[in-house]
Amino acid sequence: MSLWFWLLLACALAYGWKIVGYFVPARFLEDPRTSRIAGTMTIGLLASLTVVNAVVSGQGLAADARLGALAAAAIALIFRAPFLVVVIAGAGTAALLRALGWS
Amino acid sequence: MKLLASPAVRVGISISIATGLYGVSFGALAVTSGLDIWQTMALSLLLFSGGSQFAFIGVVAGGGSGIAAMSAATLLGMRNGIYGMQLNALLRPSGWRKYVGAQLTIDESTATSTGQTDPAEQRRGFWTAGVGVYVLWNLFTAVGALAGSGWGDPKQWGLDGAAVAAFLALLWPRLKGREPIAIAVVCALATVVAVPFVPAGVPILVAALVAALVGWFSHGRSDEGLEPDIEPYGGHHSGGHSGHHQDQTGARSGAERAEGKDPGAGA
Repeated sequence: MSLWFWLLLACALAYGWKIVGYFVPARFLEDPRTSRIAGTMTIGLLASLTVVNAVVSGQGLAADARLGALAAAAIALIFRAPFLVVVIAGAGTAALLRALGWS
Repeated sequence: MKLLASPAVRVGISISIATGLYGVSFGALAVTSGLDIWQTMALSLLLFSGGSQFAFIGVVAGGGSGIAAMSAATLLGMRNGIYGMQLNALLRPSGWRKYVGAQLTIDESTATSTGQTDPAEQRRGFWTAGVGVYVLWNLFTAVGALAGSGWGDPKQWGLDGAAVAAFLALLWPRLKGREPIAIAVVCALATVVAVPFVPAGVPILVAALVAALVGWFSHGRSDEGLEPDIEPYGGHHSGGHSGHHQDQTGARSGAERAEGKDPGAGA
């Protein structure tokens, strides 16, 4: 039940960001620092989420099949594969490595 | 009929199909990270911003708390506010269009719209991509959620690997140049260092704080990492940052030009 609360709050705040852009006078959000922080934070969060999903296990670090998924995704991206292909490459590699016995 | 002759509509439709399809992976990952189908659908219907949705379930999957998931999703949604501002200057929506358009303000609709130069095309691009992605993203989220819940052990299918790949793919297009790569590396390291010391989900917020500090103190380009994560116009939109600034200024003159003509393009 409490997850529902945070989930709906996240939805409300997401809409809040979107609508605020339409009502805030342009020059206010045009402050270079505001948009720079929005940009660096987007990069930082996505990098962090990538790492967390690749090597974090509970409160420790683990090297498992997910590392293979990370490598496969990077290779797919270097070859400019579309998003869905990248995701499938990641899933397929992790599944394959597990089937081969690398947990 | 004649609508399909519009380049913005064609781009909007192809973006909608490509993006909508990967709603399958969101739906499947959401249910395997512990959300039920209704929670999964609520995220796609109400939150409707791919990066934030993946962030929310990514934190939950890692054992993080609801508040940490909410925080990560909300911080990642900040850029939509900047997009909203750009689109408001570009399209000048009024009345209900503003409130509906706000919900459709995401990477894809922004990129499709700002990639056009003609005001009527900008408007068609925004609405085609926005409505198209919304409908297909939700449809395929449902497909993924229903299929995913019947799959047994998600690890056997490599679904945790799919999440890793999805985040890397969302990050990848933003890593143009030395500074964004440095920010990504520093934030990745901050995450790894923080993991043993703080509860699950919090390392992501530590990284966000580090990134915000970098943004506050650095003097890089003001739109670093802010370009929407797709390039609907392939090569000739990939001019990157200088092009982005031109978009903004071009946007304003474009919007002024738009007032006098073509009111029918809105839908």
